[in-house]
Amino acid sequence: MTLSRRSMLTAAAASALTVPALPRAARAQAATIKIGVLNDQSGPYTNTGGITSVICAKQAVEEYAKSNGLNVEVISADHQNKPDLAVSITREWFDRDNVDMLLDVPTSSVALALQSVVREKNKVYLNSGAASSELTGGQCSPNFIHWTYDTFMLAKSTGGAMVKAGGNSWFFLTADYAFGKQLQADTTALVKAAGGTVNGSVTYPFPGTTDFSSFLVQAQSSKAKVIGLCNAGGDTVNSIKQINEFGINKSMKVAALLMFINDVHALGLETAAGLNLTESFYWDLNDKTRAFTNRVKDKTPKNYPNMVHAGCYSATLHYLKAVHAMGAAEAKKDGIATVNRMKAMPVEDDCFGKTTIREDGRNLTPSYLFEVKQPSESKGPWDYYKMMVATSGDEAYRPLADGHCAFIKA
Amino acid sequence: MMMIFGIPAPLLFGQLLLGLINGAFYAMLSLGLAIIFGMLNIINFAHGALFMMGAFVAWMLLDYLGIGYFPSLILAPLIVGVFGIVLERTIISRLYKLDHLYGLLLTFGLSLVIEGLFRNAYGSSGLPYRIPNVLQGATDLGFMFMPNYRGWVVLVALVVCFSTWAIIEKTSLGATLRAATENAPLVQAFGVNVPRLITITYGAGVALAAFAGVLAAPIYSVNPNMGSNFINTVFAVVVIGGMGSILGSIITGFGLGVVEGLTKVFYPQASATVVFLVMIIVLLARPRGLFGKAA
Repeated sequence: MTLSRRSMLTAAAASALTVPALPRAARAQAATIKIGVLNDQSGPYTNTGGITSVICAKQAVEEYAKSNGLNVEVISADHQNKPDLAVSITREWFDRDNVDMLLDVPTSSVALALQSVVREKNKVYLNSGAASSELTGGQCSPNFIHWTYDTFMLAKSTGGAMVKAGGNSWFFLTADYAFGKQLQADTTALVKAAGGTVNGSVTYPFPGTTDFSSFLVQAQSSKAKVIGLCNAGGDTVNSIKQINEFGINKSMKVAALLMFINDVHALGLETAAGLNLTESFYWDLNDKTRAFTNRVKDKTPKNYPNMVHAGCYSATLHYLKAVHAMGAAEAKKDGIATVNRMKAMPVEDDCFGKTTIREDGRNLTPSYLFEVKQPSESKGPWDYYKMMVATSGDEAYRPLADGHCAFIKA
Repeated sequence: MMMIFGIPAPLLFGQLLLGLINGAFYAMLSLGLAIIFGMLNIINFAHGALFMMGAFVAWMLLDYLGIGYFPSLILAPLIVGVFGIVLERTIISRLYKLDHLYGLLLTFGLSLVIEGLFRNAYGSSGLPYRIPNVLQGATDLGFMFMPNYRGWVVLVALVVCFSTWAIIEKTSLGATLRAATENAPLVQAFGVNVPRLITITYGAGVALAAFAGVLAAPIYSVNPNMGSNFINTVFAVVVIGGMGSILGSIITGFGLGVVEGLTKVFYPQASATVVFLVMIIVLLARPRGLFGKAA
């Protein structure tokens, strides 16, 4: 290729014209805080996160940003549960779109993959959707807060209740990826510490398994008392459906270790009645949670908020409070400083009440063990849960020292 | 207790039976695909979405109109079949003169659109659909606890598969169909309305998918992704059986169900992959598939 003198001159003139425009654009952007909600918007976790999470984040922005003079924009994308795709979207958001805070990110394999990206770019990462307790353990990061729940808290609450009720021998049905394995490991540790045994387990391919009958028959022949489901979303719904179909619930107790209200809705009360499950938020818990639900309900038709959605609201609200306290320009500059400010400030909102954020990034929400109501007990739409045990945030989670989070010693 | 390959015999028998049940779905879906491919030369990627539609239509009939399972077993395939015919007449028929790949892209696009619409309207968690009362409960077979509904699925699937095969291979309608596949202009010259025949065939193939969808509704949760979970495996089944071979797709469907079932005992992590492993081996040894005719 040959370059003519004329085209060189044109190029030079063009670049000269664009240069002075740059600082102005950057200054305009400095005032705008950008939040990127990244989750599953088309796959098995769409209803438990998806667009409802985006709506809840926007709700927080609507309630706080304008009255406090903050300029906030919320964007979102579908990560399709693929870590590689999630990493490239996140890089694009940070490098091109100037996103300051990454929110939600269910699917533990994806959530773990993003830790290093956020740390490298020194942004803020608030995770509500993913479960793995590794996120504040071996894979912890100073740029990260785990907002809503984790595998340890689920194992302790639901698993602990099962063991206490006499379920001392277990068989695990586990989704073959980071989340399922971590949940199984956390529950196994708890069962063994309580003097129980694990009779066996199967790990099945994720995603794409719809038929669990074969694994269920294996579970039954293990003679264990409890079948522990280390899966989520559509997989949990399908496995419980088939457990009922094969009459396995007559000989074994079912521990759905991660189950959301949306899954109960999908199963129907007839099938789900009597199951124990753990969430850190329920829409009908108290006046404040009901008020929050009424504010967002009409925007998310056919889907009530679960703990992940509530977490997206709560995390966004607290983040904006920290940004307001520091000033938007400061917050945009330094992700770690913003996270540290968030940790230093007390958290309070309608969804979780008052909570604190621990050094390792664990937000200490309370955990509630619920029992699913019988169809006759349910008085209206989405009236599904009976409260069994409430555990305070200090007791619900793994103790700080057991997590071996690396950056804390430094 | 008797052991086979270190696995208790009752467990193994149970797995064989469960494999057959899954195979029944593979067989019904791949049968529809094989018919459509044989007649229209279209690789119908929308098959999974139409299977899902069958389940959804059954759910809608029950939820909005109070129409139960057994009428739905007839009505839902009819409704989805008509939908298929409309698709064929308005969109798919424009591509017959082009390469296979265009049909594949079009139907793939259609399936994304259909799934997307359902996801928008009903979310992705799935909707409950009850097993009809007569088929509730389970029978103790000695080696395993067999839900009555699953037994019903295998039975119905066998009947449907073999009657479809009989219609195509043994009746005069089937003979016309097969002749039209071989040489459409010649059959048209005899006064047979070939385009209409093609439309009806597409409708019938789609109705088969919807029928399988209704059968699946009480077992799996009725959700927009239920078809795409199946469709990849079903395509592998068609390829292994031999593209366009009716009997091949039935036998391969049941056979691969069993192979997959056994993998779930010996190495569960590979159960989603084993079908493709078989496909590679078959393609290396017999590129036209197990039952495919030589070119």
